[in-house]
Amino acid sequence: MRLLEYKGKEILAKYGVKVPRGVVIGKPDDVDKASLNYPVFVKAQVPFAGRAKMGLVKRAGSKDEAKRIASEYLGRVIQDFEVKKVLLEEGVDVVKEYYVSVTIDRSSRTFILLASPEGGVDIEEIARTSPEKIFRGRIHPFEGLRDYTINAVNKFMGFTGDLAYKFASLLRVMYNVFEAYDTELVEINPLALTRGGDFVALDVKIMVDDNALYRHSDISVEEEGDLTREEIEARKYGFHYVELPGYVGVIGNGAGLTMATMDLVREFSGEPADFLDVGGGASRDVVKAALTLLLKDERIRGIVLNIFGGITRGDEVAYGVVDAFKEVGAAKPLAIRLKGTNEEEGRRILAPLGVKIYETAEEAIGELMRNLQGGGR
Amino acid sequence: MTILVDQNTRVLVQGITGSEGSRHTLYMLQYGTKVVAGVTPGKGGQQVHGVPVYDSVEETLRRHPDVNTSIIFVPARFASDAVYEAVDNGIRLVVIITEHIPIHDAIRFVNYAKYKGTVIIGPNCPGVVSPTISKVGILPNSVYTRKGPVGIISRSGTLTYEISYHLTQAGFGQSTVVGVGGDPIIGTDMVEAALMFENDPETKYLVVIGEIGGDQEERLASLVREGKITKPIAAFIAGRTAPPGKRLGHAGAIISMGVGTYESKVKALESAGIRVARTPLEVVKIIREISGK
Repeated sequence: MRLLEYKGKEILAKYGVKVPRGVVIGKPDDVDKASLNYPVFVKAQVPFAGRAKMGLVKRAGSKDEAKRIASEYLGRVIQDFEVKKVLLEEGVDVVKEYYVSVTIDRSSRTFILLASPEGGVDIEEIARTSPEKIFRGRIHPFEGLRDYTINAVNKFMGFTGDLAYKFASLLRVMYNVFEAYDTELVEINPLALTRGGDFVALDVKIMVDDNALYRHSDISVEEEGDLTREEIEARKYGFHYVELPGYVGVIGNGAGLTMATMDLVREFSGEPADFLDVGGGASRDVVKAALTLLLKDERIRGIVLNIFGGITRGDEVAYGVVDAFKEVGAAKPLAIRLKGTNEEEGRRILAPLGVKIYETAEEAIGELMRNLQGGGR
Repeated sequence: MTILVDQNTRVLVQGITGSEGSRHTLYMLQYGTKVVAGVTPGKGGQQVHGVPVYDSVEETLRRHPDVNTSIIFVPARFASDAVYEAVDNGIRLVVIITEHIPIHDAIRFVNYAKYKGTVIIGPNCPGVVSPTISKVGILPNSVYTRKGPVGIISRSGTLTYEISYHLTQAGFGQSTVVGVGGDPIIGTDMVEAALMFENDPETKYLVVIGEIGGDQEERLASLVREGKITKPIAAFIAGRTAPPGKRLGHAGAIISMGVGTYESKVKALESAGIRVARTPLEVVKIIREISGK
């Protein structure tokens, strides 16, 4: 889960990283309570890159202006993400901007320190255009961040004396946060060097491992994370849902099979409207909730349900479909592919609904797409 | 021959008294796997489907010195400890079914196991099956009915069953099927599994079922280009329509840092001469063509 900027800064500041002076607010009127030196930057707390281009960061010369901008942001829904917080920050006198992060290197199964003198640019952009400008230092989990790695990165960045000392302290703090919060990424970009000779974190991205959230009761998933409104809804039912821009609803069991089902929709010239994985051993209620969500989604014109039952049972899935139809009705064309455990019983349960059950996903999606295209868009 | 599991595999089930552990112990027994013991701390003395339960791995090994493989169903919060217990007691192969293990825990035990010489499969994987011989995992028994020349390496569960099913239907049995797991940090990756198959005389062809995220498929392609893997391969990559930056179910299935896109994987595989199927069914077609059957 990606933490919102203000939460990431709050954590880093607690460990001793300098961040711009600022206040986070949840209501426009809270601007009055904040004692800040204007002008300030008003930053909508959304988990996207390129906020400035989206008009979600603006400069405010006065309290009134800040209040006006904050009320424009708060409550707005952008890509199904609801803006609940706004960060007001004083400006920083910047001499130069850098990039620095600690993350996980999957292929070597270690942690890795990344740093670049090209700050403020997306690291993926730097990796593409000038990979030689990125320092990569492996950190073995049994060793932690060693001095030799710090010396090497200081040399790469051209930091000496006091600056090298300050950068070393910053890296140690970042690594401590990386470990303490079970993160997959602690990124400061840009990291500013100020006229006063200090490093200040201008923007922060921290990704906490969802599986370790139980160890971090100081993080509120719904308030401080990156979940969209529909993802918050899906969480309650225990399936994994991601909204996509198309019009064909997709439900599968297992991440790989569900992704392959999405891909098949595209193969038949359709566009998937979602990724919805009911997981292993999905119960009747989970299937019902999943199908109901898609039946109610106005963007969706037809749905494919692709189940290869191992732990998941065909009869449970079938009852879930029956329940969803009872609640919202068979409003849209539905193609079901049901294979594996208790397949026969599932077919028997579904028979009265008059829904066709297919042998392969290809057949199911092929016919669904022919129906949708025949009906005109 | 097979890889990882064979007729000498003797299995310990860690977390045997839980609902998943107990159910899959039964399925493994029905498949013909030699499940000789189970461990759940505090439940020693019980039996699960006729399999004796002990309080610790050490106690198990005193009574059953033939145990050489462990399968872990222990819930995520306690799973790491179960892994260390198996590794510290010298178990050679540990298959971790448990999903949702924190990544910082996994990165530590995976490195530790390597240092101690234990092979880890998973976490968050469906396990390993050498059809008709032995299964250490949760793959459905009904799909794995035919021994044969195809070795399967996969990052997914149900998609593996799907493709295995079609292969078996078409008459292509498997030597061993390895679900390496869907997490970003896993004990044995696709490249390491492919190298094991390379040394297995019974495996003639490989099926590689990848997905977006990470660089396992790209590294596998490099090994093929370098001539370190020579067996013919048919590949399928899930996630062509997945948007960047979004996590689709598997924690490993995320495109980041510009690596792990569908396009980069297909390009790497094809430039190494590996054919990539556009649908799961097309995998069978490719295997049929390269085998000339």
